[in-house]
Amino acid sequence: MRPFKYDRAKKSNDATKMVASNKNAKFLAGGTNIVDLMKENVERPDALVDVNNLELKQIKSMGSNISIGALAKNKDTANHPLIKQNFPLLTQAILSGASAQIRNMATNGGNLNQRTRCVYFYDTATPCNKREPGTGCGAAEGLNRMHAIFGYSDKCVATHPSDMCIALAALDAVVHVEDEKGNKRKILFGAYHRLPGDTPEKDNNLKHGELITSIEIPKNKFANNSYYLKVRDRASYAFALVSVATGLEIKNGIIRKSRIAMGGVAHKPWRAMIAEKELIGKKPSQKLFERAAKMEMERAKPLEHNKYKVTLGERAIVRALKMASA
Amino acid sequence: MRYIGKETSRVDGVAKVTGKARYVAEFPVKNPAYGFIVTSEIAKGSIKSINTEMAMKAAGVLKVYTHQNATKSQAKGNAYTALQSPKIAFSNQPIALVVAETYEQARYAASLVKAEYNKEKPQTDTLEANKVATNKVTRRTPNTRGNTQTGLTNSDVKIEAEYTIPIEHHNPMEMHGAIAFWEGDKLMMFDKSQGVYGVRGHLAQSFGIPAENVKVVSLFVGGAFGASLKPNYYPFMTAMAARDLKRPVKINYTRRQMFQGHGYRPFTYQKIQMGATKDGKLQAVVHESVGNTASYENFQENSSGFGRTLYKVPNYDSKYNLVKTDLPTPVWMRAPGAVSGAFAIESAIDELAYKLKIDPLEMRKINYAEKDPETGKPYSSKELMKCFDVGAKTFGWKKRKLEPRSNKDGNWLVGMGCGIGTWGAWQAPAGAKVTLRADGTVHIGSATADIGPGTYTTMTMIASEFLGIKPNQVKFELGKTEFPRAPSQGGSITTASVGSAIYGASMNIRKKLFDMALKIENSPFIERRVEDTELMNGMLRLKNDSSKSVSVAELLKKNNMTEIVETYQAMPSKERANYTTMGHGIQFAEVKVDEDLGIVKVTKVIEATACGRVINPLTAHSQEMGGMIWGIGMALHEHTEIDHRYGRMMTTNFADYHIPSNADVGYINTEFVEEEDKIVNPLGVKGMGELCLVGAPAAIANAIFNATGKRIRDLPITPDKLI
Repeated sequence: MRPFKYDRAKKSNDATKMVASNKNAKFLAGGTNIVDLMKENVERPDALVDVNNLELKQIKSMGSNISIGALAKNKDTANHPLIKQNFPLLTQAILSGASAQIRNMATNGGNLNQRTRCVYFYDTATPCNKREPGTGCGAAEGLNRMHAIFGYSDKCVATHPSDMCIALAALDAVVHVEDEKGNKRKILFGAYHRLPGDTPEKDNNLKHGELITSIEIPKNKFANNSYYLKVRDRASYAFALVSVATGLEIKNGIIRKSRIAMGGVAHKPWRAMIAEKELIGKKPSQKLFERAAKMEMERAKPLEHNKYKVTLGERAIVRALKMASA
Repeated sequence: MRYIGKETSRVDGVAKVTGKARYVAEFPVKNPAYGFIVTSEIAKGSIKSINTEMAMKAAGVLKVYTHQNATKSQAKGNAYTALQSPKIAFSNQPIALVVAETYEQARYAASLVKAEYNKEKPQTDTLEANKVATNKVTRRTPNTRGNTQTGLTNSDVKIEAEYTIPIEHHNPMEMHGAIAFWEGDKLMMFDKSQGVYGVRGHLAQSFGIPAENVKVVSLFVGGAFGASLKPNYYPFMTAMAARDLKRPVKINYTRRQMFQGHGYRPFTYQKIQMGATKDGKLQAVVHESVGNTASYENFQENSSGFGRTLYKVPNYDSKYNLVKTDLPTPVWMRAPGAVSGAFAIESAIDELAYKLKIDPLEMRKINYAEKDPETGKPYSSKELMKCFDVGAKTFGWKKRKLEPRSNKDGNWLVGMGCGIGTWGAWQAPAGAKVTLRADGTVHIGSATADIGPGTYTTMTMIASEFLGIKPNQVKFELGKTEFPRAPSQGGSITTASVGSAIYGASMNIRKKLFDMALKIENSPFIERRVEDTELMNGMLRLKNDSSKSVSVAELLKKNNMTEIVETYQAMPSKERANYTTMGHGIQFAEVKVDEDLGIVKVTKVIEATACGRVINPLTAHSQEMGGMIWGIGMALHEHTEIDHRYGRMMTTNFADYHIPSNADVGYINTEFVEEEDKIVNPLGVKGMGELCLVGAPAAIANAIFNATGKRIRDLPITPDKLI
């Protein structure tokens, strides 16, 4: 591991100032991803600013929203009564990710900022535009069974690894951030993560020095009809081949609102807007779900080794909708 | 028996859970320096230049070794030796060793070593390499029994199928590590090893010094599975740096390095042709295998050989094509050859059974070999038929439906399958030095290893049994070259080999005491034979009249002795050659498959095993559980993926290389079917640590077929292959 400077911030403003003043500085929260990447020589910050002492751990109801602190642990978030009651989808998604040990350490803010698990990104002997812009993409014509089928570019075909974020995308979360001058802004979840385009080195639209302070989720009526489905290579501690987060608001047997987000298929949590739209105003049925799923997945552009994700994605949407509407 | 056959907790259990058991990297040495290995980014070519300046300038760095300044090894043979030339034969081949004051400094400085290469195009795809004649190094000529052409012609039903198994890595919990230091021309080496004598010989040869000048110690091993069976290349690197720097050097691997530039289970392609009459009698098997090796060294498994003794088949052909690839040399990995071969053969017979509409277990009974079909010799013991019955009953095989897709549980399709496993019941020459002291305590030394099966415990039990003492009076030591030579712990031979040595030594000690006892006044053993006596609680006594006894302590005292020392070398008996000696077993698996999503749950695995006498049912059971879990991993998860463009293994960490998690393991259990075998060795024991794995992957694949009607012949069976 490269030598680096370590500081512990006492206030948000100290933290953002410290990071903003050094373009090679990074925040350190749970450390479950960045420390690994530093050991692998993939992330090479020369300073880490530890934000664990900041007061950003609260999970609370605020009017029509529920706010979850950026530094609340994944485990505490998943098990919090407010979350379990209002957003069982989020609980389910968090608990299907990583391992209990990692969830005990990982924070919500860190979860949003975790980096792809693409094997080329991790291996410094191979090309990767995300790690070293301009070196090429090892996965595009290499081992891409785990890679994107939507929204990728010729520069990068990586996927976002989070489960939590897939639920947050479905739940229309809003990310609250703050910069070194104390400026605060809100980023809609759909605009937080990026598609790779020509700059795959940028995973999200956070500016350097900006710190996530909380994630706000508007209260909704999905709690009774939501489901997180994750298909993976083994039953625990594996990244999604495909995952689907669904939330339905069903009134008098008719779908009034629908949310479908997918993991394992794109550089960011993928909202299946076409399928969502198809469901509105209709009675839940196998046929409807199949049609909606097909319409969404028809737009997929699989790579050499991930053609299965199109079929699997279609079936996973149908199954998740079935489970949610049951 | 007082101890043998009784469940006994590990004698080293407390030491292990309290951290007192020292693994290699934990030995305290004064002022160690730390080495970190830098590896090649390319798979084939040579180093044009290597820049170590930056690394040398980094804090704490003592020295950087490359092929330009490393000691020349005098090791013979083709095994890879590090830093000997600029040639690159595989990706992640060591190109430098950075030694620094701390591990972290060494690891960071390692990232600063930069090499320029003359690159050549690597070939790491075994099947592609196999198309080029110069890559072929077929070592075993085709082996024929009967006439397979005739056999296939006489068959009513035939199948022909191809099976592939990817490269897999051992990944024991403990990573490779070594500590070396020199005192003059004498080398002290702590190495994580399955055989300290092998490492000693390798190092003595490498440095051109007498073997007596090398001491190797490996007291505890956190799993190895074959990864530490041959001397690895890092002990030489460690010892070289220690000699040059005149201080102890320690090398300890990262998890990623455990996948890189090491031994692994080779890629295996197998083609099976199998034919039977309509009543299910096998007529012919043709088994062709292709496996990969390195460009510089041959390593061949016996994947096409194991099947030859499985069934009563009159006509059998097998051949093995060994193919050179630009990968490191493969090595033995738990049940090498056998599990790969069994995946093909045990899948194929299942395919044939379905074609014939014969229950797959019945199919195996129909073709049961009462004697070795290859040699015609009788088995020293073989209770496989009983295993079939016991296993089937415990498992609930009769609930199985022959027709695929006919058993459902909600969204899940339920399937059941089985697979036979066999493993040789070998014995190798082994020595043990047993010291019986007047106070009743016993010390035993043997240079064997305990890589996890519980050797410390079983050897203690055997000594307690035959010397008539309690386990807490025995101190059994292993893993040091100062003890009599024992074989490396591999091939499931340790209990048969080392156990026989302890048994032999115990018998000789009894004989010595008996001879002494005959000489005393009014000896109770006049006109008795040594066989009529036994050692028990510090007495030598008559077996059928314990009142006729002599105190061991007194016997020693009378002879002015404080102890009896017996060094015994146990050899396999000549009688073994008249028999085929093997362990047998069968695994039954139940799976549930969510067909839409391709998800497989292994809900139950039951194994019935006949492996002679079981010394310690507790640790034996653990071994069998581990083997079945390994079978789940091999069937569903494990896969070292290679990007053939770069010739580089890519899934080199536990996030990308999957092994079963707890959630992947359903109910598993073992039934031991005891065998009384007086031929195999004096203790009547057979190896079991690999046997338990052999049939498991096929059993799971067969169960998946029973559930879904889909025959997956390419491991691992991941969701994408099932949807």
